Order: sequence, then C-alpha cells, then structure tokens
Amino acid sequence: MSKLEVRKQVLAIEEIYHEGGPVAKTPHMRGAAFAIIKNPFAGRYEADIQRFMDDLRPLGLQLAQRLADALGGADKIEGYGKASLVGSAGELEHGALWHAPGGYAMREVLKGTKAIVPSAKKVGGTGARIDVPITHINASYVRSHFDSMEVGVNDAPRADEMLLALVMSNGPRIHSRSGGLEASDIKGEDGLK
Amino acid sequence: MNAKIRKIGVWIEETHCEGGKTISPPTRKAVAAAVIENPYAGQYVDDLSLLMDIGADLGALLGEKCVAALGITPDQAESYGKAAMVGENGELEHAAAILHPKMGAPLRKAVKKGAALVPSSKKRGGLGQDLDIPLGHKDAAYVRSHFDAIEIRFNDAPRANEILVAIAVTDSGRPLPRVGGLKAEDAVGEDGLR
Repeated sequence: MSKLEVRKQVLAIEEIYHEGGPVAKTPHMRGAAFAIIKNPFAGRYEADIQRFMDDLRPLGLQLAQRLADALGGADKIEGYGKASLVGSAGELEHGALWHAPGGYAMREVLKGTKAIVPSAKKVGGTGARIDVPITHINASYVRSHFDSMEVGVNDAPRADEMLLALVMSNGPRIHSRSGGLEASDIKGEDGLK
Repeated sequence: MNAKIRKIGVWIEETHCEGGKTISPPTRKAVAAAVIENPYAGQYVDDLSLLMDIGADLGALLGEKCVAALGITPDQAESYGKAAMVGENGELEHAAAILHPKMGAPLRKAVKKGAALVPSSKKRGGLGQDLDIPLGHKDAAYVRSHFDAIEIRFNDAPRANEILVAIAVTDSGRPLPRVGGLKAEDAVGEDGLR
C-alpha cells in the first residue's frame, strides 16, 4: 500500500517589484511548488507510518527541481521553507512525514545547504491556505530573508488528501531595512550565523 | 509599460487525477496576474484612456507569461479568460477600462488567433479576496468541454489603491468532459462561436 497518488500539482511564482518604496529593476522572486496527494492513512489511526516518507522522496525532488528552475536556477536561491496541510480525515502527524523528504530534496537540489528548513503544518479544509515560513538557506538568523508565502488552492485538501509544499526565494525582502545579521556577513558553517 | 506594477504572480495548475481516474497527460491551466497602482483611486475621472492603454500592455505581458509558463507554442493554447479586481478606492468601471477596449488584441496575438470573445469577470474587493477567471475555448465559444474557471488570490492584494489584473490560458479543457455539446475537434473556429 501507500503508493503515491498525485491529484494535482501547482507552481506559483511571484515577482515583486516594490511595496510602496523604490521600484527594483530586477524583482524579488519567491515561489511555491506543491502537490495534492492522497493521504494513505486518512480515516484511521495507524501506528507505523514512516515508510511513507520513502514514497515521498521522488515527489520532493521533482518539486524542488521544478521550483528552483522556475526561479532562475539553484544558484539563485537564497531562502527556503516547507509546509504540509492535511485534510480533515487525517492527522497532524501525517503532515510531519513531509519533513525529511521535503527538506532533503531541497538540500540536494540546492547542492547542500546549512540552515534548518523552516516549516509549518496544520489540518485544514478545502480551500484552506497555509503560510510557509522562509529563512536563509545557510544561516537562519539572516534577518533580511525572514519571510513567508501563502500557499493553497480552492479545491484542496479534500478530507483524504494532503497538500505538500516547498517554497524558495531569491533574496531579501523587497524593502529590507530592519537590521540584524546581513547575508554578506554570515559564516555559513553552523546553519545559524 | 503604462502601469506601475507592484508584483506579478504566475500560477500553473496541473490535474493528474480526477474522480479517481488518471489524467494523462494532465490538464493544465496557467494564470498570470499583475498587481498595479490604480491611477484614479479615490477620484472620479471621465477619461479612462490611460487604463485602456494599461489593458493593452497587460494583455501582451500576461498573455505571454501564461503561454511561457505552459511551455507551449501560441497555437497550442486552447482556452482563455480575463478578470480584474479593483481595490476599495476604485470603481468597477476602472476594471472595465482595463479589460474591454484594448486588452483583447495583444492577448490574441500571444495565443495566436482567438476568434472567440474572451470571457471575463470583474469586481471590487479587498486583500486576499478570491477572483474567479472564467475560461472558454479561444476560437469557438460554444465548445462545451472548455467551459471552466480558475481562481486566483493574493493575500496582500488588491490594496485600496490597487487593481489586480489577471489572464488565464490553458492547453486543455476540463479533465473528464462528458456533458456533450460542441467538441473542440468539431469546431470550425472562424466566427468565434462554433
């Protein structure tokens, strides 16, 4: 059982030129790639669920590659995040199965990143949205790259589905000016600073 | 570009499975949307020609972005639609000025031909509100398999003085069409209707 069943895939890319301040010549970009899949554990409690992580690995790699390509290539990516949104017949814990395959996929596509991949998860109904946190790929404390992107689609997740999302960005917030650790000052060794 | 653009979003949605059946190749819809400043927010202006010119610019820009996002040649586009949502300080007529006088010609160029009326919707709304873009076959409006719609939504738009302008293009109809009517392969595509 628990072969992966994908109902939909969505790619969403935003080009942000300004937010009331100076207009950027090249836009800040952020994007999401996500899939609507069948939750193989919907409607019941099952103790042993970890095997499903292996089934999710190819999906993670495909979404990560597609997203990086759409944002201009892996070498342009500076921020990332991931999330899962579980339909009403599932458990929050099912959403946690996305941690390893989603995170490792982005690390692989982005050629080894240092920082933990920030994440969010929740149970929600059809049309629910989830805010996916974004932080710098090599140093979590880089303040200019703290961001988030809202993800969702009107007809998902149905009760027996899950929405699994990856998010990436190509730089700081468009009018970043709140101080803190700058990307140019990081050591990039411990994943934090 | 006559518009002051704050952001552009491109959305590609693929349906791989519907009603328990595998859809291969998946049906695909693309939306390209721009969030622009409404130059007439908060004031009544008789002459809306600037918004009409903005409509022409966005017809080309957003139409081309949809086709590029789908990775198709223009003639492979099958259906299209357009919509605008005006922020609270604007008028419904501002959406009409963008959508109707000048947007069609450049959009049709982006999708090649486009004999049919471009189906449209418009409304006034606030941040995070849904905008449903109607879809119809680009050369023959009566093709029943291609009647559809797609929703677009930005959590941060439209602000009061903004307009959200969206174009949708597909390379396919609904995933499992079976309500009869005119079929795409039987359409002549000359009069825009059949």
